[in-house]
Amino acid sequence: MLGHSIKSMDNTTTIDAKSSVKPPVSSVGVVGWARANLFNSWFNSILTLLTLLLLWKVIPPFVNWAFIDSLWWSTSAECKAAEGACWSIIPAKYRYILFGLYPYDSQWRPFLAIIILIGLLFYSRNRAHWKKSLAYAWLVGLILMGLLLRGGILGLASVESTLWGGLPLTLLLSVFGLTAAYPLGVLLALGRQSEMPAIKSICIIYIEMIRGVPLITLLFMSSIVFPLFLPEGVSINAILRAQVAIIMFTAAYIAEVVRGGLQGMSAGQFEAAESLGLNYYQTMRLVILPQALKIVIPPTVSQLISALKDTSLVVIIALYDLLKTTQTTLSDPDWMGFSSEAYIFVALIYFACCYFMSSYSRRLEEELDTGL
Amino acid sequence: MNDTGTAVENQLSEDAIIEITGMHKWFGEFHVLQDINLTVKKKERIVICGPSGSGKSTLIRCINRLEEHQRGSIVVDGIELSNDIKNIEKVRTEVGMVFQHFNLFPHLTIVENLALGPIWVRKVPKKEAEETAMYYLEKVQIAEQAQKFPGQLSGGQQQRVAIARSLCMAPKVMLFDEPTSALDPEMIKEVLDVMIDLAREGMTMLVVTHEMGFAKSVAHRVLFMDYGQIVEQNTPNEFFDNPKHDRTKLFLSQILN
Repeated sequence: MLGHSIKSMDNTTTIDAKSSVKPPVSSVGVVGWARANLFNSWFNSILTLLTLLLLWKVIPPFVNWAFIDSLWWSTSAECKAAEGACWSIIPAKYRYILFGLYPYDSQWRPFLAIIILIGLLFYSRNRAHWKKSLAYAWLVGLILMGLLLRGGILGLASVESTLWGGLPLTLLLSVFGLTAAYPLGVLLALGRQSEMPAIKSICIIYIEMIRGVPLITLLFMSSIVFPLFLPEGVSINAILRAQVAIIMFTAAYIAEVVRGGLQGMSAGQFEAAESLGLNYYQTMRLVILPQALKIVIPPTVSQLISALKDTSLVVIIALYDLLKTTQTTLSDPDWMGFSSEAYIFVALIYFACCYFMSSYSRRLEEELDTGL
Repeated sequence: MNDTGTAVENQLSEDAIIEITGMHKWFGEFHVLQDINLTVKKKERIVICGPSGSGKSTLIRCINRLEEHQRGSIVVDGIELSNDIKNIEKVRTEVGMVFQHFNLFPHLTIVENLALGPIWVRKVPKKEAEETAMYYLEKVQIAEQAQKFPGQLSGGQQQRVAIARSLCMAPKVMLFDEPTSALDPEMIKEVLDVMIDLAREGMTMLVVTHEMGFAKSVAHRVLFMDYGQIVEQNTPNEFFDNPKHDRTKLFLSQILN
């Protein structure tokens, strides 16, 4: 009797469990999601409604301005009569925005240089391609880019570096700045951790001094103060001076990021490497840095992205980078007043560069993830 | 306490491989090792036990200079440990070390972990180093995991890999710093089994452990340390059945019950 009743109870539970496999309608699908996330309390409901109202007020007018009422291939006179955005400024002036004062007829040269650079960058994205041949490819590519920009051989007209500007200048300052600043930053971080007092204090003084001043100050010093110390008749290229200032500045910040990674390493890793008989350089290169640099990929990339955007500060020492050429374009009487369109265009270029870096860093993090 | 089976017998040679005389070490004001005198013969197996903080880990860490001693001398295989970095590196290539927390290199695969030392320190060609690595991985019965990363292995497997990594350097002495105390109980045996195999082959071993079963079946000599001193040392049978010092008796009664 008792056994029977238990059995029947079991049956009931089984049936209940089966019938409850499907969740209630109100907790799944669009309705369920909205209820759980947007309208789960009266306060959240009000916030949701207010947000919707705001979006309604902002998005349709923007779409109207940017796409529906906008002009794409018109003259500046037509633009001034129109209601919407005047994207026509870009087809009309893009060569000046991208290449600045570079001689108009030779602008295919910086264009080709940029194509080579982008090609190399994309090819280098794949870690399977990281072989010795890639290093040679970069070397050849860099020489080729230099020759294209500078000219003076193979029948190419020589172009003074004072005429370089726009996107090539921005990319030049960024790519060289970042690739030189990164290893320098790593060395500074190692130096700061060093047990040798002289090296340690030099590194600390360097890092703290550079971090203590704004980049603008360094740029001013490189362009105004530094030449005063040079002997008469000697002058160093303005781009090179700005480049060095950017490298020095970025390296100090990278150094602190990398130091954070080094401090995150457990003593056990050092001990294991040392007890195998590896010397200091081997321990750092083979065991510590690969792990420490991996840990700090996210903050390092933040630092590099901000350095890329900081190259726009070279405006103040009269270099014509991408932002400066845009500004200059806008002082053309025909196209005055269309700054939103021009700046949106430049912002998209900057965004593309920064997004390339951040998406690549995410990919690198996934590839290097070894589960510990 | 693990029962580790029958005792391992080996003939001892008369040559000393480690000689520690009148060695002292301080951590700041704290006198962590006091007047240590210890001679280890070739193929000898020593188990070091004692309460925590007694200096037993510090003692074996001094032998490959992970810790620096301040007074007295340590001679390993004829090389005296001093501030000379070349001597230190030479000693470290002859002395293998296994840590409580394994300390495998998490960014390298298992086989790369093993081949790293031979390739860079012994300058062995990569292919040969990897063959040696596979040989030792077979030996600790973990060859099928060679291409995995340490993070994908259990604690016991990681510790066996760590032992194999040391063996790849063909060391003359192996130091074990509480090799089983970070392991889950069911994994202790697999690691002890590897260590017993090593003992059978005549490896010189210094083992800091609380595995008294291992001590009984494998050690030639058991050292008891307390307050930075070697309080008592004896053969396992004498040590466990007939301890002389009160502190040893107290320690044994605590650990065996």
